[in-house]
Amino acid sequence: MLDFFKFLGKEQNKSKDVAKERLKLVLIHDRANISPKFLDMVKGDIIKVISNYMEIDESGFDIRLSRIEHEDDNYTSALIANIPIKRMKNIGKNNG
Amino acid sequence: MGEVIVITSGKGGVGKTTTTANIGTALALAGKKVVLIDADIGLRNLDVVMGLENRIVYDLVDAVEGVCRLKQALIRDKRFEGLYLLPAAQTRDKNAVSPAQMQKLCEELKEHFDFILIDSPAGIEQGFKNAIAGADKAIVVTVPEVSAVRDADRIIGLLAANELIEPKLIVNRLRMDMVKRGDMMNIEDTIDILGVDLLGVVPDDENIIVSSNRGEPVVTEERSLAGQAYRNISQRLLGKEVPLINMETEDTFMEKLRRLFSGKNNKRY
Ligand SMILES: Nc1ncnc2c1ncn2[C@@H]1O[C@H](COP(=O)(O)OP(=O)(O)O)[C@@H](O)[C@H]1O
Ligand SMILES: [Mg+2]
Repeated sequence: MLDFFKFLGKEQNKSKDVAKERLKLVLIHDRANISPKFLDMVKGDIIKVISNYMEIDESGFDIRLSRIEHEDDNYTSALIANIPIKRMKNIGKNNG
Repeated sequence: MGEVIVITSGKGGVGKTTTTANIGTALALAGKKVVLIDADIGLRNLDVVMGLENRIVYDLVDAVEGVCRLKQALIRDKRFEGLYLLPAAQTRDKNAVSPAQMQKLCEELKEHFDFILIDSPAGIEQGFKNAIAGADKAIVVTVPEVSAVRDADRIIGLLAANELIEPKLIVNRLRMDMVKRGDMMNIEDTIDILGVDLLGVVPDDENIIVSSNRGEPVVTEERSLAGQAYRNISQRLLGKEVPLINMETEDTFMEKLRRLFSGKNNKRY
């Protein structure tokens, strides 16, 4: 029954709406890549913020745009960052 | 001092050359002094679309290299007062001119013309860089299809990186029948995705092919819808506010009947 409705829903999906959704997603990536500076700028700002709380290994800092697949076959874009921590700073600890 | 406008798209075959020919002719008909530059070196097109292919003696590369004086390379269109064409070289490649040379050429032409329209080649390589080098403004042409819109977006980014911000968009080959059944992105969709201002919409119109067969720009066809669209675009370039044309005349008889009975307003694009 559920599958039947899903099927119906897909049928009614206008092809121009599919086109629009796909374009919006693909352009997120295109636009990020168009300026090589984009991820560097994001990276610089993240380092600035995080450094208040921890010492990080900047050489191992990895950041990229990625696609995440959901169960319903849809995709969303995600910014994925892998930031190796060297040492936590002694602030903001949970003293409660 | 004239204005240099580059007509570009990223993707090939979306209507850059047709657009350049028609806007140029319409501006000349409106009394402006206009020169069209075919910057698609090696794939010369604008001359045949304009019906001026038999009049070429010198070309863009000759003018830039000093083989002839710039004035000698300009072909005067005898049909339209004030309209000139600077044809592309056919037997050379895109590296035959540099962005600096294009800039110099445009500066020189600006002193003699109101509008300098540059027909850009497809792609984002050297030919594109040459075409935009001397431009003050950019018009981006696209068709309402995923590949063309994606390429248009990339071109808009590259234009911005070259200080050509706020380009104006022309959506070409719109088919109202497909838009109506939800099988073609409409104008709002396209603008929403690209985030730029709309300069105009040109319907898919077979008159365009008939016109290029004859080498007569469609803009001279009083009754053609595409011709009207190009006349409107030219008026907007001259600073006039012109509403988008009503494309509903493409309706089939049945659609007209249906609308008559449903009492819905005509949608304007
Ligand atoms: N609005 C339109 N309706 C119908 N055909 C068109 C339209 N615009 C362009 N064409 C046709 O599409 C083809 C490609 O157009 P062209 O202007 O040469 O594109 P480009 O210069 O971007 O490669 C040509 O055959 C042209 O006649
Ligand atoms: Mg062309």
